[in-house]
Amino acid sequence: MTGNVLSRRALIAGAAAAVTWAGLPRARATAPAHTLPDLPYGFDALEGAIDAATMEIHHGRHHAGYVKTLNAALSEQPALAGESLEALFARVSTLPPVIRNHGGGHWNHSLFWTLMAPPGTGGDPSAALSADLQRAFGSLDDFKAAFAKASAGQFGAGWGWLVMTDDGLRITTTANQDNPLMDVAPVRGRPILGVDVWEHAYYLRYQNRRADYLDAWWTVVNWSEVNRLHAAGG
Amino acid sequence: MAFELPELPYSYDALAPYMSRETLEFHHDKHHLAYVNNGNNLLKGTDLEGKSVEEVVVGSFGKNAGLFNNAGQHFNHIHFWKWMKPNGGGAIPGELEKKIVEDFGSVAKLREDFIQAGVTQFGSGWAWLSVKDGKLVVSKTPNGENPLVHGATPILGVDVWEHSYYIDYRNLRPKYLEAFFDSLVNWEYVAELYAKA
Repeated sequence: MTGNVLSRRALIAGAAAAVTWAGLPRARATAPAHTLPDLPYGFDALEGAIDAATMEIHHGRHHAGYVKTLNAALSEQPALAGESLEALFARVSTLPPVIRNHGGGHWNHSLFWTLMAPPGTGGDPSAALSADLQRAFGSLDDFKAAFAKASAGQFGAGWGWLVMTDDGLRITTTANQDNPLMDVAPVRGRPILGVDVWEHAYYLRYQNRRADYLDAWWTVVNWSEVNRLHAAGG
Repeated sequence: MAFELPELPYSYDALAPYMSRETLEFHHDKHHLAYVNNGNNLLKGTDLEGKSVEEVVVGSFGKNAGLFNNAGQHFNHIHFWKWMKPNGGGAIPGELEKKIVEDFGSVAKLREDFIQAGVTQFGSGWAWLSVKDGKLVVSKTPNGENPLVHGATPILGVDVWEHSYYIDYRNLRPKYLEAFFDSLVNWEYVAELYAKA
C-alpha cells in the first residue's frame, strides 16, 4: 500500500461505497465499509524501535479487531455507515460508544502506520514544519521532549498527538482510542503526528518502560508524511 | 502512613502457567512499585498524607487525578495479589456461594458476568465483584478507579490493563479472564472480605 490511507479521496470513496450498499436490502449488504489497510512496510521493517511480533499482533489482531467490530456496528446502523469517520467523530458524544472506541481505533491506527518508516528513510521536518514547531515549542528538541513527556504521562491506554489548531501547533493526549477530531477531546485539532501508548504497542519489547519506547520511536517517524499532512492542513 | 509495596504472598512462579514469573516480576516489582513511589510523592504536602490508602482513594477522587490514579492502583494491586493463589478457582466457601446463587442465580452466571465485564472494559481498567447495599454486584472501572468511590466494597477484582496479561496471552483478554476465574481466584480471601463487608 502506498500513500496515505486516510486521504480525502479514499474517505470519499469509502463513504460512497457505504452509501451504495447501505441502500440495498440487508441480505445483499456484503461489502464492508471499512477495511484493514496493509502496512506500507514489512512487519520487521521497524525492528530498530518496534519488534516484528508486536507489529504483527498490533496490525493483524488489534487493528483488525477494531475494523471488524466497527463494521459489525455499522451494518446495524446504515445511516451512520454512509458518513465519513471524521464526520462521525465531530458528534461522537451523541453516538453509540462503539463508534468512538472502534471507529477511533481504526482511524488512529490507519494514521499511525503511515507515520512510521524504516529507520533512516523518514526524512526530516520540512522548513515550514520546523518553523511552526519552533514557534510553538522553541526547537525540534524541545518539541520532542514535550511530546514524549505528555505521551509518557497519559495514564492508562491512549495516544499522544501533535495537532494543527487555529492557534498553531499543539501537543495533546487522549484516552483509549479517542482522538483530537472528536467532540470529546480535551484539545481539538487536526492530527499530523500521533503515537500509540496502549501497552500493546510496546509491552513485548519495553514492558513498563514506556519512556524508552517513546525515545526509540523517533528513529522510525516518517517525517515526510508529517510534512505532507502539515502542508495539507492536517 | 506512607504507601508500601507488599510482598507477593507466593513465589513468582507459583501461578504458572496461568500467570508467568515474568509477568509477576514486571507487574509487582515495576508497575506496583511505581504506583507506590508516585503515590507517596504526590501525597506529600496534601491533607491526605498519613491517611489510609482507602481514605486517600476516596478523598482524592475527582479532586487530584494524579494522586487518585496512583492510590487507586496501589489499593487495587494490594488486593489483586491476594485474590490469586496457586491451584486457585474451584470450590467457593459455603456462605459466599449461597449469596452468589441468591444474587446471580448461579456461580456460572457470576462467571459469565464477571468475564464479560472484563472483556468489555475498553482500554485499561478492572472488573469487579462488590458488595453494594447488601447485594453482590459485578462492575467495571477504567484505569485506577475502583468500587470504593461508587459506594461499594470490592471483594474480588481482576486487572485488565494489558500489562497484566500481554506477555502470557497477547491480545487474548478473554482467555486470561477465563484462566483467572477458573484457576487463580483465591475464594477464601474473597469470602474473608465478604464476611467483613
